[in-house]
Amino acid sequence: MVNLEKTALELIESPRKPPVLVRVKNAKKYFKLKKGIFSKNQQYVKAVDKVSFEIFKGETFGLVGESGSGKSTLGRVVIGLHEADEGEIYFEENEITALNKREFQKVRKEMQIIFQDPSGSLNPRMKVQELISEPFDVYTKMTKKEKEEKVATLLEKVGLGVEKKLSYPHELSGGQRQRVCIARAIALNPKFILADEAVSALDVSVQAQVINLLKDLQKELGLTYLFIAHGLNVVRYISDRVGVMYLGQLVEVAETEELFDHPLHPYSAALLSTNPVADPRKRKEKVVLKGEIPSPANPPAGCRFHTRCPIAQEICKTKVPDLVEIQEGRQVACHFPLLTNSKEETE
Amino acid sequence: MKLLELTDVTIQFQRDEQTIIPVEGVSFDVKEGETVCLVGESGSGKSVTSLGVMRLVEFEGGTISAGDIKYQGESLLTKSKEEMREMRGKDIAMIFQEPMTALNPVVSIGDQIVEAISLHTELNKAEAKERAIKLLGSVGISEAKRRFGQYPHELSGGMRQRVVIAMALSCDPKLLIADEPTTALDVTIEAQILALLENLKKEMNMSIVFITHDMGVAAEIADRIIVMYAGKIVEDGDVYEMFDDPLHPYTLGLLGSIPDVNGDRSKPLLSIPGAIPAQSDMPRGCRFNPRCAFATQQCLEQEPPLLAVGNRKVACWNYEDVQKAKPTGEVI
Repeated sequence: MVNLEKTALELIESPRKPPVLVRVKNAKKYFKLKKGIFSKNQQYVKAVDKVSFEIFKGETFGLVGESGSGKSTLGRVVIGLHEADEGEIYFEENEITALNKREFQKVRKEMQIIFQDPSGSLNPRMKVQELISEPFDVYTKMTKKEKEEKVATLLEKVGLGVEKKLSYPHELSGGQRQRVCIARAIALNPKFILADEAVSALDVSVQAQVINLLKDLQKELGLTYLFIAHGLNVVRYISDRVGVMYLGQLVEVAETEELFDHPLHPYSAALLSTNPVADPRKRKEKVVLKGEIPSPANPPAGCRFHTRCPIAQEICKTKVPDLVEIQEGRQVACHFPLLTNSKEETE
Repeated sequence: MKLLELTDVTIQFQRDEQTIIPVEGVSFDVKEGETVCLVGESGSGKSVTSLGVMRLVEFEGGTISAGDIKYQGESLLTKSKEEMREMRGKDIAMIFQEPMTALNPVVSIGDQIVEAISLHTELNKAEAKERAIKLLGSVGISEAKRRFGQYPHELSGGMRQRVVIAMALSCDPKLLIADEPTTALDVTIEAQILALLENLKKEMNMSIVFITHDMGVAAEIADRIIVMYAGKIVEDGDVYEMFDDPLHPYTLGLLGSIPDVNGDRSKPLLSIPGAIPAQSDMPRGCRFNPRCAFATQQCLEQEPPLLAVGNRKVACWNYEDVQKAKPTGEVI
């Protein structure tokens, strides 16, 4: 009874909130560092440290951050390529962190991944046809003919001609190879795709083609994306919501437009201001951050950003700020979020 | 005044039986105190062009088979190997994308800078060391005295790039060639390095040839932009004019391919169909014609020359149509 009331209440409270596809709760992933002969304590790289967030069905959730921020590790934890040390991950409300290998294998079919370097993920000795039908061999019992038909439709879907099925990866351009990877990823009709820097290695003109393709496929197949990239313009273009990571933690989560218009976390603000804008008239004043991202093996105490933060106070050195929802749909982990200029300007 | 002048430069490589011509008939100049960005995608020939200026292609088995490169009015192609070695570092310095490949891993960063200084100046060891520490300070390395003795592996990528810049600037070069120096860095560090280059350029009255694939970076620092495609220059002009009013369909496509931070996200990006042609399969006529929405019969047959349009240059038969299409850009 109580439960029913609660769900009803939740429904009323957030009528616009779409259903959640992926829910990450307090995920933690540490990597052991090699221990020196004389060191007593085992040191860890805290790649992902107590991260919680949700990805809604049908949306694109962008994840940005500098190298070493843990965004790729987080992506891999979500999809089960890395086992989380702590925390829970739910896919369609099933806790996948509690599944055994065989049970997980079934869920895994629904979650696919596209990597940055397409040549690294394609076997150079296999033809495009074999590469794309590989997932069918693993998961289905299709006949040869069925597979051939399916490969042809997939090739068409990703904008490659059917005649390309007999090519080897080295005969294709970088953009075409990435299209093959995309075809493989959508072959089993997954619900969720992790795109880890999937367009970063491509030249801009080709990058635009692949981004358009990913957007079209999302509409057509109702896909949900977790889109990891360091190129902020690309992330803004493709994402519905964006999470900003710094040293293994999420510091801000917001709808794309809101984040890019009024970042609340000083790190988001600095990151966005340093993003090169393709307009020479907007050579703006930048928040050039002091120093570099500290080592994730030994992150600063308190707020991890305080060593580089332009507005840090005493409290930031000692107390860790929690990621809290301070406006509807906006979460930020900062003791002094940049609220003034966001509220007053808009109202 | 013209500091650097390239006229019809063609660079070729002999690989087995095949002759590869990554740069063909390239002409441009760089004025004193000017920042020129060479922009293009992979395979456009922008890096090879810059290696040609330093005559470094010769070490890779390449030759400058036609044209001339003049520095301060003097041809670089008639210089002997010794004379060229003398000039590199002293008059023209170069920095690369990956600083680790430019640094010796077993020599401290301070000693590496001292080495560069002693090669080109008469300073004694103590003076050279003093200058090296000063340089490290001026590229924004804190505690330069302590850092002097550190090795490259002890530094982060951004710091290493600063060391390489300090080394490049150690002999007050008049021209700095920077080949994608920020591509491997995070945006926050990239911003630091771009700001540093900008300041140093003003302080030392240097010219910079900056090679990048990123129109965003070019927009930040360029006075002038030169767009290259498949080994040729397709457009050359003032940075503001080029962004306001691109003349070449490729430039138009490049600008349209970048997701605009303020743009409409519901519209698809203006991508350029197809990919850059391979050396072995260069199209006849204009090299861009298979990907071009403006191509006419003439483009399939005749290669367009790089012609002046006002104070800009463009290699396109139909640039007037490109100008007309620009406001909506939807032709592509």
